[in-house]
Amino acid sequence: MTTLTPAQPGAKSGPNPVQRALGAALRSREVAVAAVLLLVILAATAKSQNFLFDSDGWRSLLVNPSILILLAVGQTAVIITRSVDLSVGSTMGLTAYLTGRLFIDTGLPAPVVVLLAVLAGAALGAVNGVLVAFGKVPALVITLGTLYIYRGIFLTWAGSDRINASDIPRGFQDLGTAQVLTIPVLTIVALIVLGLVGYHLHAHRAGRELYAIGSDPDAAVLYGLPVTRRVISAFVLSGALAGLAGTFYVARYGTVSSGAGLNMELQAVAAAVIGGVAIFGGSGTVWGAAIGAALLVTINSALPVIGIQDFWQRAVVGALILAAVVLDRVLANRQERKLADARDLEPSVTEIEPHATTSTGGTR
Amino acid sequence: MSDLPAQSAAAPTLVLRDVAKSFGAVAALKSGTLEVAPGSIHALVGENGAGKSTLVKIVAGVHRRDAGVFELLGEPVDFHTTAESKGAGVAVIYQEPTLFPDLSVAENIFMGRQPLGRGRAIDRAAMYAESEALFTRLGVVIDPRRPARGLSIADQQIIEIAKAISLDAALLVMDEPTAALSGVEVDRLFAVARSLRDEGRALVFISHRFEEVFDLCDTVTVMRDGEYVSTEAIADTTVDEIVARMVGREVADLFPKVPAELGDVVLEVEGLNRRGTFHDVSFSVRAGEIVALAGLVGAGRSEIARAIYGVDAYDAGSVRIAGRPLPKHNPKAAIKAGIAFVPEDRRQQGLVIDGSIARNIASVIRGKLATAGLLTNAAENRAAAPWAARLEVKTNALDMHAATMSGGNQQKVVLAKWLSTEPTILFIDEPTRGIDVGTKSEVHRLLSDLAGEGLAIVMISSELPEVLGMADRVLVVHEGRISAELDRADATPESVMRAATGNADVDHGNASELTATSDREVTA
Repeated sequence: MTTLTPAQPGAKSGPNPVQRALGAALRSREVAVAAVLLLVILAATAKSQNFLFDSDGWRSLLVNPSILILLAVGQTAVIITRSVDLSVGSTMGLTAYLTGRLFIDTGLPAPVVVLLAVLAGAALGAVNGVLVAFGKVPALVITLGTLYIYRGIFLTWAGSDRINASDIPRGFQDLGTAQVLTIPVLTIVALIVLGLVGYHLHAHRAGRELYAIGSDPDAAVLYGLPVTRRVISAFVLSGALAGLAGTFYVARYGTVSSGAGLNMELQAVAAAVIGGVAIFGGSGTVWGAAIGAALLVTINSALPVIGIQDFWQRAVVGALILAAVVLDRVLANRQERKLADARDLEPSVTEIEPHATTSTGGTR
Repeated sequence: MSDLPAQSAAAPTLVLRDVAKSFGAVAALKSGTLEVAPGSIHALVGENGAGKSTLVKIVAGVHRRDAGVFELLGEPVDFHTTAESKGAGVAVIYQEPTLFPDLSVAENIFMGRQPLGRGRAIDRAAMYAESEALFTRLGVVIDPRRPARGLSIADQQIIEIAKAISLDAALLVMDEPTAALSGVEVDRLFAVARSLRDEGRALVFISHRFEEVFDLCDTVTVMRDGEYVSTEAIADTTVDEIVARMVGREVADLFPKVPAELGDVVLEVEGLNRRGTFHDVSFSVRAGEIVALAGLVGAGRSEIARAIYGVDAYDAGSVRIAGRPLPKHNPKAAIKAGIAFVPEDRRQQGLVIDGSIARNIASVIRGKLATAGLLTNAAENRAAAPWAARLEVKTNALDMHAATMSGGNQQKVVLAKWLSTEPTILFIDEPTRGIDVGTKSEVHRLLSDLAGEGLAIVMISSELPEVLGMADRVLVVHEGRISAELDRADATPESVMRAATGNADVDHGNASELTATSDREVTA
């Protein structure tokens, strides 16, 4: 529950747009998480110059988060509608394997293979969406089920087989290392996807309706919003991005074994939560989730450099999630108190009677 | 049921005839009839539970009718969703605001139909400007950019109104839009309503405030117990006539509370205060007395009860049981001190819906029943049987699941559960909501008997006949404050309703009965 906008009940008129934007930016979760990310990078670089300034270090810093960014963006679209998609790790593993098989078995050109993988992911997402929208069962349970089912399909299909780097066309593998102006191509694609989804959620009616649905599902129904369609579309998006992440996985690592994508769903949820996406829906942005993803991935490579033991590395990530949630709670409580006080102080009655009313309270 | 007076020459915008709707065994609406002409503001009045809101929800497409005629703009219609109803030109302001707390005020108004700019992107500047224009028309100042979270009920209601007006609808239904508004805001709303009427739109106005009905509307339809009673021109009728039709029966005959010997004061509440919810709540209850907390939905009655029982905390004040202070925010201590609490929502809060009747009845006293920490079904059944028998819970076996029972029997199980703790004070929130008429009087007789045995009862009820029939004393809550305290003799439908709506300066009817409040003059 982030608070991006100043909340002054009964404000006569807001501050001017520049002040408003500046104030919102300073209060925003995105800026706070980005600052933490910067600190982590600076700390690691202080310890070892290579972390940032070596060309390899620079490239890793940029390319490593790209897969998790895709998953976190899709996850955010789902969480905003007050659902969750736990199947994305399995979807990514399955589509990664599909990508490899398509290269080996069909020899289709790379763009077609990528398109097919994305479509496959979208189809798996559609299954989740339909089950959630029509089954009236919480998404947590549905996608926990499909997490195992999709993983099971992957394992059954692959058997003891695995995709090796030698099976993948050279040109496609090069994508994993290709750069434009020292920026890896995968990162550029992830950022473009991020930009498109972010713009959609911010500027299009359908995107805003996702927020409305998550903010109050019952009100969304009363309002006549196409709730079923929107919820399904969020899951389709999440699945499609997991499919794209699967192709990234192949381009980046070349090999696909049965462990591909394992536990990635939890990282995607963690990235969104750290980035300020409210787990009960209705608020948060993909920008925050993407920065959260970058922070999660970067911290994993930075902590060993800084010299923190393996066990504590995981604890740090856990602490980060808890800190994010506690911070949300504290801020929300503070705002609620402030609003309750403001309501009690509202000027009201002029004449005095024994039981004259002075408040507009009485929320249920 | 078609003694409608001659309407104006124009074909009616809305026709409902003998519309029925049941939820399970409860018939919420038996024969709803309403005909609204274009260019008319039509009042729909009736007590809580008369079926007005159900009627509105059928028009809005929230519920589908079981039977009857439903025509809009001369065409027979059958809405499955609210979107269909909206698309056909119906705008509804619901009794309880339905906003998206995380979104901005402007988005709440325009969700799904935001003004678009280049590339089908939302033109936020235009959206804010249009919101501000709507607020100017309504004469209020609300920042369209702020989130809806934390708005006062009045401001939320104004946003609902702005939303409905902006829909450009042929039929505008307002379900108690003024309940939370101040005098100035109400005047503005009425000016807007009149201008919409003059544009030839049809409006339906539901309100408990008769002076507003007489001020604004031209026609009035009365409903009672889910049935159509009458439709007349406002000019041809009086408040007294309408009230007589709304009540339509001798209140005292329906729910006889047998006068009981009043004992010592068992519950004293002093200066109870919870920020933004209720203020300066003080009252006391004696053994053998039934005190009703009356008021509109959302006035804060349930919140007061929850705070006394300890589910919620309070900021200031004190509660004493038989002279001894009760710690706050501690339901366990409250139970120990002798408070029983039957919540409003039986299924959610009062029952283990999937548990057996015996388990439900025994759930509060299970500590006493257990031997060596183990609780047997036999022990539960032994403890539950006398209570089930006494309350005449109609069931074949005590191991039947609570979910399969009727609302009346569920309520009895909840009561049995609490009575087995041998309380001295019983809080009961909406004791007969969703219960059929026959069982209602059984519940009332039971409450009367219990009071006769010396139990102090605090009853929260939105149903006026229940309040007037059962209560020795009525405390009326208006916007988080006790706005009137009426003895049984002074409590009339008018006096309670006026205190509940915060109205003092009334031209119609008998204003001398009033003990309480007046409208707020200023707001933010």
